[in-house]
Amino acid sequence: MLTYILFMLVVGSIYALLAQSLMLSWGLAGLVNLGLAGFFAVGAYASAMLTTWEQAPILVGVFAAVLAGGFAGLLVCFSTLRLRDDYLAIVTLGFAEIVRIVASNEVWLTGGTDGISGVPVMIARDTGIWFHLGTLLITVAAVILVYVLQRRLLASPWGRALRAVREDQTVASVAGKSIVRFKAQAFSLAAAIAGLAGALYGHYTSYVAPDQFQPLITIYIFLAVTAGGNARPAGAVLGAYLLVAFLEATRFLAEIAPGVTALQAAALREIAVGIGLVFVLTLRPDGLLPERSQKAPAS
Amino acid sequence: MFDAVLQALVNGVIAGALLAIPALGFSAIFAVLRFPNFAIGALATAGAYIAWIANVNFGLPIVAAIVIAFVSAAIFGAALEYGALERLGRGGALMKAIGSLAMAMVIENIVRFFFGNDLRAFDLPLARDLVFGPIRIGPQQITNFIFALAIMVAIWAFLSFSSLGRSMRAVADNSDLARLKGINPRLIALVTVAVGSGLCGVGGTLIGLDTSIDPLLGGRVLLSVFAAAVLGGLGSIPGAVAGAFVIGMVEEITVLALAPAYRLAVGFIVILVVLVIRPSGLLGSKAG
Repeated sequence: MLTYILFMLVVGSIYALLAQSLMLSWGLAGLVNLGLAGFFAVGAYASAMLTTWEQAPILVGVFAAVLAGGFAGLLVCFSTLRLRDDYLAIVTLGFAEIVRIVASNEVWLTGGTDGISGVPVMIARDTGIWFHLGTLLITVAAVILVYVLQRRLLASPWGRALRAVREDQTVASVAGKSIVRFKAQAFSLAAAIAGLAGALYGHYTSYVAPDQFQPLITIYIFLAVTAGGNARPAGAVLGAYLLVAFLEATRFLAEIAPGVTALQAAALREIAVGIGLVFVLTLRPDGLLPERSQKAPAS
Repeated sequence: MFDAVLQALVNGVIAGALLAIPALGFSAIFAVLRFPNFAIGALATAGAYIAWIANVNFGLPIVAAIVIAFVSAAIFGAALEYGALERLGRGGALMKAIGSLAMAMVIENIVRFFFGNDLRAFDLPLARDLVFGPIRIGPQQITNFIFALAIMVAIWAFLSFSSLGRSMRAVADNSDLARLKGINPRLIALVTVAVGSGLCGVGGTLIGLDTSIDPLLGGRVLLSVFAAAVLGGLGSIPGAVAGAFVIGMVEEITVLALAPAYRLAVGFIVILVVLVIRPSGLLGSKAG
């Protein structure tokens, strides 16, 4: 039971990183990222390939995952930054699909649908409970690190300019802010955070395969971020842990429901998540922790 | 080699005609409601399953099944818009897009709940392929192609000659001006959503007739539909049709050279290339 709770907390921390990624691009910069699962996968694969096949140290792998995520983010957003948001929505959705197709088919590069097994773990597995506890500490440390970073960014002139861009591009550009540069920076930084989440995930489960990066994860994180508050780092983190609690609760409910097969139970869960997201978006779009309006600095 | 390319082109034209139907629906909804509706794939799946029930369980002919798919997908689409998405519109078009993606997941899983993940096939007579020199075509492919063309002609006639269709084009063109002329924008939005969703249902059915149906049927063609619409210019009805034919042919040609799974990648590549070179698409006005 303790192992199970620790496992869920680690997953919650990974989701908290993803939620912070989405908060940065969507909540702060107003750039929708429907391909979050794709950037998550890019990070997981980058680190798993380097550490498993090239025997690079885990730290190098994680660093490479952050770079790969950020670079992929830059590529994706450069095609659409000058255009309307709906194009970005379509392109990011497509990106996540492409990552999955390439990962499933380029066996020489990614191991195909079998995935990469035996990815090195951060804490030795034979330490029993310490394996989970140690990994949890590391992932929580990553969440805190990203959280502090986001808080600093938010308070900085850069964060202010970013929100100005989100609220009114014309005004921001009249004020001399380069819209495209701010958006590209925010989007690729967010993608880098998703890459970090992917790397940590791979080094915990010790296995990376295309099936782990379904578009479903993107919807999960959207639910977490909208429920928690999409423009506050604390909201995103809170939302992620609440999401895991909600998912596990629905899992138990589905298991005790009579006459429902495993497939049907999974379908019911996803229906609940989808309806939940629409409800939260409709009823409380600002989330539990809404954005605080920032006072103008005294001049 | 030449024969293989010729065969791929013929297959591509047929695939493009089938793709054009949901692409038309997507573009019409985009033109009037100004948001990308990610639920169109799931609506196509739902339409295909309803048609399958009508055909296999009730023994209705294919034409009747297609009509039933159109009507039920139209009702689902309208229910989705007015039950869930419309209220999200206050938060901007992007909110509706995210909401539609969530609802797509809901519809897909309702289908999965009742029917499971198994492949299902329509009740069709077995028939020998027709052979024209080096080209082979299944009779069902020809029937589907004729269905698709007939639907395109019907939609063209509806948009050109009926007053409702002309009002739709007016709202798509300039909604403020249309309102000044006394056109009720809410009514037009309702008709557009219903017709657009209905077309997705028909498109799903035709694709199901061509291959088989499963809960991911619509999700698989989503990217191709988007690519057709973006290539033709988002919101342009003739553009969506032209885009669908191009995507259909490029996808079939790609299968000759790459693993079949990369068929799905074609749509994405085309979207990227169009956005970099000519964001307004082939027949679009401006991408704003």
